[in-house]
Amino acid sequence: MDFLKQLWNRDAYSSKDIAKERLRLVLVHDRVNVSPNLLEALKEDLIEVISKYMEIEETGFEVNLDKSDNQVALSANIPVKRMKRAIASTDKG
Amino acid sequence: MAKVIVVTSGKGGVGKTTTAANLGAGLALLGRKVCLIDADIGLRNLDVVLGLENRIVYDLTDVVEGNCRLRQALIKDKRTDNLFLLPAAQTKEKDAVSPEQMLKLTEELREECEYIFVDCPAGIESGFKNAIAGSDEAIIVTTPEIAAVRDADRIIGLLEAAGLYDPRLIINRIRPQMVRQGDMMGIDDIIEILAIELLGIVPDDEDIIVSTNRGEPVVLDRRSQAGQAYNNIVRRLEGIDVPLMTLEEDGWLTRVKKAIMGRS
Ligand SMILES: Nc1ncnc2c1ncn2[C@@H]1O[C@H](COP(=O)(O)OP(=O)(O)O)[C@@H](O)[C@H]1O
Ligand SMILES: [Mg+2]
Repeated sequence: MDFLKQLWNRDAYSSKDIAKERLRLVLVHDRVNVSPNLLEALKEDLIEVISKYMEIEETGFEVNLDKSDNQVALSANIPVKRMKRAIASTDKG
Repeated sequence: MAKVIVVTSGKGGVGKTTTAANLGAGLALLGRKVCLIDADIGLRNLDVVLGLENRIVYDLTDVVEGNCRLRQALIKDKRTDNLFLLPAAQTKEKDAVSPEQMLKLTEELREECEYIFVDCPAGIESGFKNAIAGSDEAIIVTTPEIAAVRDADRIIGLLEAAGLYDPRLIINRIRPQMVRQGDMMGIDDIIEILAIELLGIVPDDEDIIVSTNRGEPVVLDRRSQAGQAYNNIVRRLEGIDVPLMTLEEDGWLTRVKKAIMGRS
């Protein structure tokens, strides 16, 4: 019986893999929901980095996690005011 | 230096109480002086798992309310001289003990014992927060199921927020045959997801049910796989490097033997 079941299962995605994948996705959301300052902190770091390259509108800046059936994507909406002419080196700000 | 270790999980019914009882009994067997605190107020269980339910006079709440001295409430184990239980109150609310009171209690117990285990209630509310208040280490128990692992992840975050870092994980109720067939998450899967240190694994084992029926921790039964598993964890807590046990599935021979000998 066991043997047959294994043969049968061979090409199917095993239930363990399904569990693991679902768990991975659900934890992405759990962790973000539990600590909303995580996205806030990310946003601040992003502003800092992006400001090296362009001038952005900080008030309209949004970072989100978008969920679809089998993946989570980080999306950011960043209104750009102006591009810098050249990349400023870090020490000059 | 005495250690206060909270046994917690988030999800109920995954084996916290069984774990606390067996780790306590196992360490006592090695000669350590151990106290088990049942912090699952209103749903006390540790007393029956240890077979001490008929000896309770005072409980945790009596101690913190000053109705008795700590020593009067401690119940000595039947089998070993150095294992003690501080039972939970059965009639009180979860908030009957405050974090400050728990801290004071564990500080007092540190004078008496080498290991203090706190059997935590399920959930993440006040009962959990009160239970962890006096602990310096945490053991998280999970089973290889999505809901249990998910709740474990939540608990890891809450422990961190409370200043309890680097909890260690016990994966309970593993069924090797199901893991092999791809129908149960295995040790590596769970460790990969939770990214915390593995303290041990315990197989799903009928011996636990039998021993709980008798009120004797399974760690005392050296023939049982679960007993060995707990014994391994006990030695790891003592700083001994014990390799992870390989969980055996019952082959046909073992099954026949068990059938003949009438024990599981
Ligand atoms: N490894 C195991 N194998 C078989 N049964 C187990 C195992 N661990 C726990 N159990 C059973 O599961 C039930 C819940 O365990 P318990 O320790 O009371 O969990 P919790 O304290 O987390 O609620 C009990 O009936 C116990 O006997
Ligand atoms: Mg319990």
